Amino acid sequence: MSSTGHKKESSFSLWWKSGNPMVWVNAGAVSICLIMVFGLLGLIAARGGGHFWPKDILSVEYKTADGSVSRVIGEWIDTDVISRVRYEESTGETLPEEALQVERWMIKVGNRDQTGADFQWIPRFKVLKVDEPVHAVAVERTEWGTLFGELKSLSENGATVKTPEDLWAEFEARLDRTIGLRDAIHRLEKKDIGRVNYQLEKLRLKRRGLELDKQASPENLKEIAEKEAEQQQIYKVIQDKLAALYNQIERDSAQFEIVNAGKLKTVEIPLSVIVNAIKPNIMGVGEKLLEYFVNLYHFFVDDPREANTEGGIFPAIFGTIMMVLLMTVMVTPFGVIAAVYLREYATQGPMIRMIRIAVNNLAGVPSIVYGVFGLGFFVYFLGGNIDDLFFSAAKPAPTLGTPGIMWAALTLAIMTVPVVIVSTEEGLTRIPRSIREGSLALGATRFETLRKVILPMASPSIMTGVILAIARAAGEVAPLMLVGVVKLAPDLPMDGNFPFIHLERKFMHLGFHIYDVGFQSPNVEVARPLVYATSFLLVLVIIFLNLAVILMRNRLRERYRSMEN
Amino acid sequence: MNQKATDKISSDVSRTEEQSSPSAIHGVIPENENVKIEVRDLNLFYGEKQALHGVNMDVSEKKVTAFIGPSGCGKSTLLRCFNRMNDLVDGVKLDGSICLSGQDIFAPTVDVAELRRQVGMVFQKPNPFPKSIYENVAYGLRLQGVNKKYILDERVEWALKSAAIWDEVKDRLDDNAMGLSGGQQQRLVIARAIAIKPEVLLLDEPASALDPISTLKIEELIYELKSDYTILIVTHNMQQAARVSDYTAFMYMGDLVEFGSTDRLFTNPTEKQTEDYITGRYG
Repeated sequence: MSSTGHKKESSFSLWWKSGNPMVWVNAGAVSICLIMVFGLLGLIAARGGGHFWPKDILSVEYKTADGSVSRVIGEWIDTDVISRVRYEESTGETLPEEALQVERWMIKVGNRDQTGADFQWIPRFKVLKVDEPVHAVAVERTEWGTLFGELKSLSENGATVKTPEDLWAEFEARLDRTIGLRDAIHRLEKKDIGRVNYQLEKLRLKRRGLELDKQASPENLKEIAEKEAEQQQIYKVIQDKLAALYNQIERDSAQFEIVNAGKLKTVEIPLSVIVNAIKPNIMGVGEKLLEYFVNLYHFFVDDPREANTEGGIFPAIFGTIMMVLLMTVMVTPFGVIAAVYLREYATQGPMIRMIRIAVNNLAGVPSIVYGVFGLGFFVYFLGGNIDDLFFSAAKPAPTLGTPGIMWAALTLAIMTVPVVIVSTEEGLTRIPRSIREGSLALGATRFETLRKVILPMASPSIMTGVILAIARAAGEVAPLMLVGVVKLAPDLPMDGNFPFIHLERKFMHLGFHIYDVGFQSPNVEVARPLVYATSFLLVLVIIFLNLAVILMRNRLRERYRSMEN
Repeated sequence: MNQKATDKISSDVSRTEEQSSPSAIHGVIPENENVKIEVRDLNLFYGEKQALHGVNMDVSEKKVTAFIGPSGCGKSTLLRCFNRMNDLVDGVKLDGSICLSGQDIFAPTVDVAELRRQVGMVFQKPNPFPKSIYENVAYGLRLQGVNKKYILDERVEWALKSAAIWDEVKDRLDDNAMGLSGGQQQRLVIARAIAIKPEVLLLDEPASALDPISTLKIEELIYELKSDYTILIVTHNMQQAARVSDYTAFMYMGDLVEFGSTDRLFTNPTEKQTEDYITGRYG
């Protein structure tokens, strides 16, 4: 007995010594990591991606609480199960004892302008009949969300258009015309009027600046007034064009038959508010797939609508990437120069060791602290003083003394600089002494050695630092809320007006967009798929930015590879 | 133990002073040869520790002078004085003088970068830069502002030919130098050093990390180069010193124990320590 027990123990200890358990533990840890990463990505991709698929429109007949039959049309979104108690509490009905749970369908009924709600819950057991009406139309509008209904007729300037053979084709043709007009209006308003306003504002500031400097001679003022008149002239021309376009765009409207509180009702929708209209129930898989990618494309390139719950997120993508690139441009030279001083020029001693510890600790400071610092120091102190010195003409409106993309990038640069310093220092330490001596022995000065040999060889490590900095900065939201991010920025921080890059402007950011759409919007249920889609996109943007730098680093590493040994 | 060591050093110092004083080293170099470098009373300290004790010697122009001695005897330290490589080490103090062509290299007016252009150096381990073969050789020239392609081409080819590596690399000048073998790398580094046409070439155990064939090539190269350059070489290998050098200095614990023509030193050493070392009794 005891001998077998002894034997067992020794076989266990043999197994333990063999290292197999460690291999299992390691493999397990790696698997869990992979499952988490791909699970997370898969979840947000599926939840977010599904939103753009054109769903079939159902017509659901069901029994209401008072026993009459009602009907809704809309998209099935979700099925969930709630307890009987909760159901009874929410509806005031009593259910038989044996029903423990109630299955409910969540139907997106749209027509918020008519019904006041986008969604309706229908208990499964009350559903009488479900079918897919062939002519059901889903209409995406610039306001009031989606409309579900059937197209009945078209009218032009208030008069009904004689119904052609194919009403739907006629509708689509007229919609295309309207969308073309709307794009033209948008271009005029955004670009042309934007340019005029920008020029007028510049002239106003110039005049104010002259007045402040006491140099407002009549000639100067006259010149400015002339230019202003010129801009006003341009503005008037654009206004006239716009008025004509508005006239044209309001020509057509369409009559839809919708279901409101179980009853049919005809509503008139001007074509000018319609973004897109489809008949999903008669679309094939190919058409749906095409529609899916069109929707996805619009999500990427359009501006947000309706308090960010509809439309695209292009300004947020743009803001995120531009802010991260600005931050990279600021943090890289700063961190490299600091690391070069610490490692190459400074005499190593207790002082440098303390600085190094301080730098490392900076990496652990919560990001919101940097946000507060950025607001207090950069925005109010630096920005305020710069305004006093250079932008006094614009006062009392602040120019740089207000949150903006430059301050946001600078704040994140301060936050991520320790990472760049640490990894650059590591790279500098790894370069063998013999290489430095080889360069110096050829008559190079220390600076030449640094510039021509050391820094190129340390560049892969610098890139590693930049990768880590980007990874940290791109996902950061909290400090940005204090130093420049807004929920809706009227202009991109880059446009066609000189000087093209407007660092003082506020910007939109994917991370903040997620927070805003998911938790601050009036219509959370509608916005939820957008939260997933935006999250997925944010992850994609970070992966894309990181991949770009990683590729660059690998190329550099390949070049300087052999120095590692 | 410690006390003993200190005694030994102090006795060495007194003996060195009497032995290799300036008057004693006259006569080592014959009248018909030019003295390129004069070392006078050179003392060097690493912090508290003295690494060189009053070294006096002359180096003859366009000859090979070898430094031999056991590890830690200060021969590399002495070699690194000639192009002031020791400046880079923290806590190094030295006194005495080294004159290159009559000019004191420790004078405050001396431009160290300029000095190092005149006194090239090749290190123990091959240390090519992670650049192309061509750029490695052109590095020193580019530092001097030479950027004309045809001048660079010409000089790179000349240097690689002088270092007897041209035939092996002429078809892959744009390849990374790190892809060469150890022996090739070392000859490349020599080519890099002579590309800027220095007057003096310091070789710090140039063949110690190489296989016998590569070592032989390096030795042949040294023999070729001596017609144009004054060469100082540190080596562990006494046979190598005997093969390549015209003059040999034997160093021991920071002292220059004996200095003379190689033939004389190896066949008829005047010092007991030298004889013990070259016959392999210690070291």
